[in-house]
Amino acid sequence: MQHAAVRARGLVKRFGTIEAVRGIDLEIAAGEVFGFLGPNGAGKSTTISMLCTLLTPSAGDAQVAGHDVVGDRDLVRRNIGLVFQDTTLDTYLSAERNLRLHAELYGVAREAVPDRIHQVLDMVGLWERRASLVSTFSGGMKRRLEIARGLLHSPRVLFLDEPTIGLDPQTRASIWSYIGVLRKTEAITIFMTTHYMDEAEYCDRIAIMDQGRIIALDTPEALKASVGDDRIQIQTDDDAGAITALEERFGLYATMVEGAVTFRVAQGEQFVPKLFAEFPLAIRSVSVSRPSLDDVFLSYTGTTIRDAEAGAADRLRHTGRMFGRR
Amino acid sequence: MTATTATVIEVRVPPRSAVGELRAIKIVWEREVVRFASDRLRMISSLVQPLLFLFVLGTGLSRVADAGTGGLDFRTFLYPGILAMAVMFTAMFSAASIVWDREFGFLREMLVAPIRRSSIVIGKCLGGATVATFQGVIVIALAGVVGVPYAPSLILEVFGMLALLAYTLTAFGVMVAARIRQMQSFMALTQMLIMPLFFLSGAIFPVSGLPAWLTVLNRIDPLTYAVDPIRRAVFAQLDLSQQVRHRLAPGVTWLGWQVPSLLCAGVVAALGVAMTAVAIVEFNQSD
Repeated sequence: MQHAAVRARGLVKRFGTIEAVRGIDLEIAAGEVFGFLGPNGAGKSTTISMLCTLLTPSAGDAQVAGHDVVGDRDLVRRNIGLVFQDTTLDTYLSAERNLRLHAELYGVAREAVPDRIHQVLDMVGLWERRASLVSTFSGGMKRRLEIARGLLHSPRVLFLDEPTIGLDPQTRASIWSYIGVLRKTEAITIFMTTHYMDEAEYCDRIAIMDQGRIIALDTPEALKASVGDDRIQIQTDDDAGAITALEERFGLYATMVEGAVTFRVAQGEQFVPKLFAEFPLAIRSVSVSRPSLDDVFLSYTGTTIRDAEAGAADRLRHTGRMFGRR
Repeated sequence: MTATTATVIEVRVPPRSAVGELRAIKIVWEREVVRFASDRLRMISSLVQPLLFLFVLGTGLSRVADAGTGGLDFRTFLYPGILAMAVMFTAMFSAASIVWDREFGFLREMLVAPIRRSSIVIGKCLGGATVATFQGVIVIALAGVVGVPYAPSLILEVFGMLALLAYTLTAFGVMVAARIRQMQSFMALTQMLIMPLFFLSGAIFPVSGLPAWLTVLNRIDPLTYAVDPIRRAVFAQLDLSQQVRHRLAPGVTWLGWQVPSLLCAGVVAALGVAMTAVAIVEFNQSD
């Protein structure tokens, strides 16, 4: 019988009086790519830290690769790979030596080490640079090396905490293509966090987290379908007047999002001609978009992920960087 | 991008075992040594201060000190203290790498591995001890310059004592570093600790006939128990009058009882073990 790769029940983490994680229930199947989506400070990293045995839950329990994260800490650690937000490489050593060090710390059978190192370095496209000091690597190369290292001991679950944070779009894309290769070549479950909406679409399933709770959990398609309506944003010279006009003429409830009057309507493309015909004010521009995960987040939380981050910054300041250095 | 992964090499992480812990200790040790070997600047910089003390301070002070040394070169007297000093600086610097590793994240890579924290601590202490002993060996090589003969038995005894001291000082540094998050704090703290340890140890003055308060402080300074046996071993090779020998290398006493060299070594070793234990406890708590 196959164990769930990750299972959590009622997971809670308190830091003093602050409840960073307020009861998480999860079940992730083996082989799944699972994404944790939410603004900074939502509790994603704290949850991952508990699953990785780095933090002890205040309440609830969790199993990773079939082992309890509190009772069988070592067994869990042996079966997981970790890629943190901040680099944990020894930059004064070469790429290959970093991997060898990891293999020794994890007690990987000696005879398999050189081949395995070759393989993981190949996978992330760093084999040619194996002898270079890590201090000469770019941010993207370091991240790729960390992914290679996280995979070195053939973990059953790979945890990636914001694997693409701080990287330029091109490098982000390349990291994703490596993760794509990884899915095909290794029998592995991937558990990642991100606050980039577009990246969450690479996942099989997504949990949207806000203020320490999972507020939605499904496939990206299902989540988007649940929002349904298209989003229309218009630019006018009189935003308040436009909002009133939309309500009076069309019975639509509009709000200001990112500086534009925004509302939802079914079949947006067909609504636009009608809007232009009947709207009393001048419209400078209009945009219609299919629901994105951003909209999903908006519809579940009533705020965009960027605005949520601004609010969460205060909470974060109190709790410190939970997954950060200790 | 298409990786050459026709067959995925599955490696397995075996259950925790003594062999696994030994591998972990060895790799942590190896990392310290490799990093030290590739850092020439550090090798030189931690020798500057001891050599400055020996050749500049030693030569300068010899003009006033020669009256009291009965014809012995003051630098010869100073030499055992300088050996200890060279080891001390390097050992403390090695321990500092724990704070460094914490600041730059690498410590986490070790802390999340399925190994005992004690393996990390022991590997660090042994690694620091190795590089500090190596620095000591460089100073041992200078013995001839200050008139100390290269007698094999002397070299062996001094080497042994330095290795022991190197371990204990690294363990001391690791114990202190375990709680510290920032490099600046660690540097400030070690500056505050190193100089008193050095001055009180009798590295630069004989330990007999001191005022009571200084005698007490000297006897509780761990460095005393490393400097004294080394000085006695060095002086055993010199041709000196009994009177001079008695005044310059009186040996450590506890309430008038002469502490044998071997017991001194035992004190240093016991402290090393005790501080390793404290460091392990600290690391087990810091999660």
